[in-house]
Amino acid sequence: MTDLRKVNIDGTEIEVPADYTVMQACESAGAEIPRFCYHERLSIAGNCRMCLVEWVGAPKPQASCALQVKDLRPNRDGTPANIRTDSEVVKKAREGVMEFLLINHPLDCPICDQAGECDLQDQSMGYGSGTSRYDEHKRAVDDKFMGPLVKTVMTRCIQCTRCVRFITEVAGVEEIGLVSRGEDAEITTYLEKSLTSEMSGNVIDLCPVGALTSKPYEFNARPWELEATESIDVMDAVGSNIRVDSRGGRVMRVLPIINDDINEEWISDKTRFIWDGLGRQRLDKPYIRKDGKLVAVTWGEALDLAASKLKADPETIGAVAGDLADSESMKALKDLMDALGVKNMDCRQDGSPLGNGPRQEYLMNTTIAGIEEADALLIVGANVRHEAPLVNTRIRKSWIYSELEIAMVGEAYDLTYDYDHIGESAVELEALLKSTKGFAKKLKAAKNPMILIGQGALNRKDGLQILRLCGEIAKKYNMVREGWNGFNVLHTAASRVAGLDMDFLPKNDGLDFTGILDGAKNGTIKTVFSLGADEIAPNAFGDAFVIYLGSHGDQGAHRADLILPAAAYTEKDALWVNTEGRVQMGRMAVPPKGEAKADWAIIRALSSKCDRTLPYNNIEELRTKLFADYPTFAGVNVAPGAEGATDFDPSKLGKTGKVNKAPLRSPIADFYFTNPIARASTVMAECSAVANENMINEAAE
Amino acid sequence: MSSRRLAKNQPTDFKLSKKALKEIEVWAKKYPKDRRRSALIPALWIAQKDADGWLPEMAIRELGDLLGMAYIRVYEVATFYTMFNLEPVGTHHIQLCGTTPCWLRGAGELKKVCESKIGPKGSVSADGKLSWIEVECLGACANAPMVQISNADGDDYYEDLTEENFGKLIDDLAAGRPVKAGPQNDRHTSEPTGGASTLNTKGLYNKIKAKKLPNSQAKKAAAKKKVKS
Repeated sequence: MTDLRKVNIDGTEIEVPADYTVMQACESAGAEIPRFCYHERLSIAGNCRMCLVEWVGAPKPQASCALQVKDLRPNRDGTPANIRTDSEVVKKAREGVMEFLLINHPLDCPICDQAGECDLQDQSMGYGSGTSRYDEHKRAVDDKFMGPLVKTVMTRCIQCTRCVRFITEVAGVEEIGLVSRGEDAEITTYLEKSLTSEMSGNVIDLCPVGALTSKPYEFNARPWELEATESIDVMDAVGSNIRVDSRGGRVMRVLPIINDDINEEWISDKTRFIWDGLGRQRLDKPYIRKDGKLVAVTWGEALDLAASKLKADPETIGAVAGDLADSESMKALKDLMDALGVKNMDCRQDGSPLGNGPRQEYLMNTTIAGIEEADALLIVGANVRHEAPLVNTRIRKSWIYSELEIAMVGEAYDLTYDYDHIGESAVELEALLKSTKGFAKKLKAAKNPMILIGQGALNRKDGLQILRLCGEIAKKYNMVREGWNGFNVLHTAASRVAGLDMDFLPKNDGLDFTGILDGAKNGTIKTVFSLGADEIAPNAFGDAFVIYLGSHGDQGAHRADLILPAAAYTEKDALWVNTEGRVQMGRMAVPPKGEAKADWAIIRALSSKCDRTLPYNNIEELRTKLFADYPTFAGVNVAPGAEGATDFDPSKLGKTGKVNKAPLRSPIADFYFTNPIARASTVMAECSAVANENMINEAAE
Repeated sequence: MSSRRLAKNQPTDFKLSKKALKEIEVWAKKYPKDRRRSALIPALWIAQKDADGWLPEMAIRELGDLLGMAYIRVYEVATFYTMFNLEPVGTHHIQLCGTTPCWLRGAGELKKVCESKIGPKGSVSADGKLSWIEVECLGACANAPMVQISNADGDDYYEDLTEENFGKLIDDLAAGRPVKAGPQNDRHTSEPTGGASTLNTKGLYNKIKAKKLPNSQAKKAAAKKKVKS
């Protein structure tokens, strides 16, 4: 039962929960309240005073963001308190606050990157008085250094402290602060060090003025020139919802879109600042290696050569799908390989053993939003902060607001929250299974316990045994039951779950990823079709003929004998399945570069050259086939969650056997360099250099 | 007031003394283990006394580590309160009140004394013995004009100042001669000049066993100051 209170807003009586703020109450009554410092996802500061409303009978206007409905006393005659948002008092109060804020705010909108999407600009138009009575000196503030991503023009700052609160509360690194006081107050990092958070770019969105803006995007475009396309991020397996802003066929920037089930309102720095990598190292023409050198050729020539190689004995052909492959292209490639009779295919270029069990085996079943309902979490071999920054912020949120108990088996990482570090190796899992003390006790007492298994625990020789151990823990502590599924695998590759969902796996006695590589080395595999598989050492393919289909000239293309230039994720309509098993639709923001084509279309064209024409002529027909063959793809935007948890027995996963004592280590060595697009980006290179420098300095201290 | 920043020239090495650490621990222990940061302001005070009257950057970091808080949070507090000096000060740091009551009673003249004997506002004298800043009301308006002088012995008020006695006070301090804290004329604390003019009826206290106030002797005994902690 919610405690409801009546309140009269602008003459309309409404009933709202007692713990609503007056601002929320006004909004549910349809009144608009201007604000600068207030933000739904941050703590309340109440320092900008822009949200003042009139509480009839109170001597002064009230800050509606900091006043709760339950603190409103009814009128003397017992009628609900009257709040006015449209009275003369409110109008005057807003004009007054606006005038104060503008006293020290420079009038440099024409050279400010925020212009056009600036809260201060918009609200001074809407609520300001139109003229200024101030003719004294304005204050000026030195600009502060905050790292390679955030540009500062501190004279514009209105001290709302949203950035301070975000960095402290959400990002979990206390690095920004408001120093000095009164007129001299300034926002800065300690001694102007660069921010070490991988979520730091969000302060740019939060800043209501142009004090914190994007450094890489500096003076690049005006918001009104940009065309916005809603799409899906592929930097990790979270599938953050993004808005790709483009102009004239170029991606100019990437911003988050609110999706409370996934990324809330944030995106990681890699997602946000990757766009300069979309314009560098691009494959814009087909290439064939002739006498050791890659030579540009026509599409016809390239496809003919590819077809001639693929028509060989299917036993000698292998196909590998990389981390950025979209569902449609994997489906097309799989259909082509099936038609050719090729059994050797794999979408797990990191050697993961997942994909042999039911769908729950490889999903994050609790879902990202579900973390908030968990009360105990065991992390196994994952540096969540780098593998999925947005899952990490969700864990932190739960740790702060619902006192989630966290423990970790694997190498210790700074995850921005406290956890019990049980140990480094999987042997500790065996001990945990038998133990009744320490974290085992907490797991037993927990109502909604969950386990989160990173790829670092699975991509090993004893991966299946570790999977079994984790499954047994899940079973023992009742993590999987009707209505709750606490068994979770955290993926790092955007394509992986889609690949597993459509069985892009070796068929019958076909070779898996390591088998294909071994075959390539000893000569039994003569042709490898690499669908953007870039995380493979160049010499691993031996003397095999490598057909590379991808967008960037990275490791994969360097080794390739034939390059088919394809579209990057912002250049195609595609389905992506995130680590929760949620299917989401990415959209084309800009056309592919040069002669490059959408991945699935290239494979479709190749299929007709191989005389195995695939039965679809456009992407809709392809999707219809995909939905028919693998119905999970049809459920766009839904994560299965605890669906089917009763039929899922985690203790049957993997294999029994001994586990190795080697520590569980996250596969991500450098957060900023995890895929070919990131490696092409100079911004990411700069971030990586700064991060490494910080690490060295820390080690030195 | 102007922007408060850390001093440009910082000592290459600084560590809080054992005594200071012990004193800080006394304060930190008053709070639960995960709330040690509550002791920050007293800790900053102690550190400032320990570092000759100002806060070097290394002290800020040391306090952050000591109280389990981010350096920026310590820095925020240290820059917020003007009583924490971020730049080196003289052995005797004069904080001259320039707020209205003191100003009306002649703080302006005292400023001139400081300017001629020490230098412009915020400066340290050449021998490092003296420094001065102007501060807002210190709450001793009944004895205006006044200054607070901070040194290794403590932070004492010197009240009822005139150009002459203030000049002499500064000279005495610089020369290391003993000085007397409190009113510099013959007043006893904030009693009227020339003694109390009310509540002095004879026999007023006959029926009451009046307790002597702890400071009633202070007038005669040359006060021996202890470090406040």
